Amino acid sequence: MFESLTDKFGDVFYKIKNRGKLSPGDIEAALREIKLALLEADVNFKVVREFLDNVKGKATGEKVLESLTAYQQIVKIVNEEMINILGSSSGGINFVPKGPTIIMMVGLQGSGKTTSVIKMANFIKSKFQKKVSIIAADVYRPAAVLQLEDMAKNINVEVFSRKDMDPVSLAEEGVELFKKDFSDVIIIDTAGRLQVNEDMMNEVARIKKRINPHIIYLVLDSMTGQEAVNIAYGFNKRIDFDGMVLTKLDSDTRGGAALSVYYVTKKQIKFVSSGEKIEDFEIFHPERIASRILGMGDILTLAEKAEKAVSEKEAKEIEQKIYKNELNFEDFVSQLRSIKKIGSLDKLLSMMPFDGKNKIPKEAVLDGRSLDRIEAIINSMTVEERRKPDIINGSRKKRISKGCGCSIAEINRLLKQFDKTRQMLKQFSQMKGKSWLNPDKL
Amino acid sequence: MQKLIKNLNYIWNKFRDNRKLFWDEIEEQLIAGDVSVNTVTEILGIVKKKSYGNNINNPEKIKSLIKEEAVAILGDKRDIVLRLSSVPPTVFLIVGVNGSGKTTTVAKIANLFKDSGKKVLLAAADTYRAAATEQLQHYADKLSIDIVCHQKFSDPGAVVYDSIEKSKAKGIDLVVIDTAGRMQTSSNLMDELSKIKKVINGRINREVDEILLVVDSTTGQNAKSQAQIFNGSLDLSGIILTKLDSTSKGGIVLTIKNDLDIPVRMICHGEKLKDIYYFDPVKFADSLFN
Repeated sequence: MFESLTDKFGDVFYKIKNRGKLSPGDIEAALREIKLALLEADVNFKVVREFLDNVKGKATGEKVLESLTAYQQIVKIVNEEMINILGSSSGGINFVPKGPTIIMMVGLQGSGKTTSVIKMANFIKSKFQKKVSIIAADVYRPAAVLQLEDMAKNINVEVFSRKDMDPVSLAEEGVELFKKDFSDVIIIDTAGRLQVNEDMMNEVARIKKRINPHIIYLVLDSMTGQEAVNIAYGFNKRIDFDGMVLTKLDSDTRGGAALSVYYVTKKQIKFVSSGEKIEDFEIFHPERIASRILGMGDILTLAEKAEKAVSEKEAKEIEQKIYKNELNFEDFVSQLRSIKKIGSLDKLLSMMPFDGKNKIPKEAVLDGRSLDRIEAIINSMTVEERRKPDIINGSRKKRISKGCGCSIAEINRLLKQFDKTRQMLKQFSQMKGKSWLNPDKL
Repeated sequence: MQKLIKNLNYIWNKFRDNRKLFWDEIEEQLIAGDVSVNTVTEILGIVKKKSYGNNINNPEKIKSLIKEEAVAILGDKRDIVLRLSSVPPTVFLIVGVNGSGKTTTVAKIANLFKDSGKKVLLAAADTYRAAATEQLQHYADKLSIDIVCHQKFSDPGAVVYDSIEKSKAKGIDLVVIDTAGRMQTSSNLMDELSKIKKVINGRINREVDEILLVVDSTTGQNAKSQAQIFNGSLDLSGIILTKLDSTSKGGIVLTIKNDLDIPVRMICHGEKLKDIYYFDPVKFADSLFN
């Protein structure tokens, strides 16, 4: 997500990074490029205008121009403003102290409500060990209830629904039932509706009035364009929701909608959903996303994910090896296995910091399916070859090829990829030293 | 007469003063409709040249110049209609990202052709999403038309194969294939679509008659990436723009046609099965300014 924004900002900043003192013209030019980047990222044009006014005011107000670290200052200002837009505190969920916490999910058709309901149920169940139940109040879309029941079965969560019942009474009956059932959390899935459809908006307002849910989440597709502002505004006006779930972040969307909505509604994004797997659901962190947009990468998320999959000792060893450029195929294959545990490779790479000049080399990008083949090739190497890849010559390649059933060309490609990856990781470890990658040092 | 000249002068002066403001406003209006910045700049560049060259200053006239440019990009209405092949069955393959409205659109297309007296069959090749098949089954029952579906997680290629064989046997005119939603960034799932296409081509001994990408009109710039990547693996014949009953304009299709030359063929506007229409470039260009 946000790759393009990150790219763009990387370019802008690269241009001004090495300049030292900046002229007002430099700032203007940088701001113009930021404007284009934000618009191309689907940030609403009104938000862009306000954003740029704020940045401009600060960039010319502070003693940026005379300063020798003008570049760092602008990065800092843009970063601050970005966090301003995205909301200053982290996402997450607050449960009520007594009785079940009732959550209602609303949104447009196809925004990902039903999938988010299941993912959230799974998240709450596994993270907080709470008993979660679901009410299927989408009585309109054919097979919507069936879809929910089918998915709920996989995570052992009970679903309540009734045919031929209006959604308001259905929701009420479900809540009564699950209260008696000692559910800790009740999630209500509602039908998709357009914010301009009066009847449907009235319906959801009635459900809200009758049930009085503790939390209402608006589910928003991260690929939404300029319309995001109207959607958020429309729902906010009618049912005053509490926060947002941003979905489909596994696409290559630039995700500017995320910037727009908080600006307009002052309601925060609480969760993000980013993949086909039920676990691809996490708490939203504005400062992480902001630094990602600025080309600083989402190292925190990456670190957290890696922590789960790689032991600390293992990680330290690898880090040392990366520093010394001694990474070998044994580490590589163990890394591959832990990477598989963390998630898809594209997702990991998108979290790493790369600015305009430090693009990820094409050869270093592996797609998920090739991982198995790579493992097969490495498994066909001798221990010595794995430790010292440089000794692999023509006849050794022939033997490996026979062992794993891959062609010599594929083995060559892997060796080349491995070399590139080694270089990239080295570059990456050196980048840690650059002050502007670390906002604290600014 | 003098009054008229005075009025015109007033407008002209006001217009001259407000010229920059006027162009900025037009620009914002188009961007607010999700047309990309590059396309907007390109169109406005042409229109500015025309208006300055021919001394056109009337805002309404300038707007109609912009609409003309938009229509010129969007193409001829006659190329938009979906036609059936002379050798049945005709096959339409419907693809798109998750939640764009594929299944509903499949039902709407089926309804449209059934109404014109054709024998239609639905192929439920979304074997992945929970209850996707049941949703399509519901529509098939409602329209009382044939449907081919297999078990969950079965091979979508096999569903497609069976549906075409069945159509040949039963004298079906049109097969509409619903596929699972997939992000364009998932290369495995994109490969799966190429495979489905190969299966169809093999069964009908020609290229698939229509491969249509369903795009949600509330989508922003990402729709271009969707069109580009889906087109790369499938060679799309067009786009179906859905959910136009929302307040969004779907202006990104202008950019998609301009940059990738993929035309919009149909639009969906409403929740009823009959709410599908052939795309009208003139109406669409008008809507960008409403």
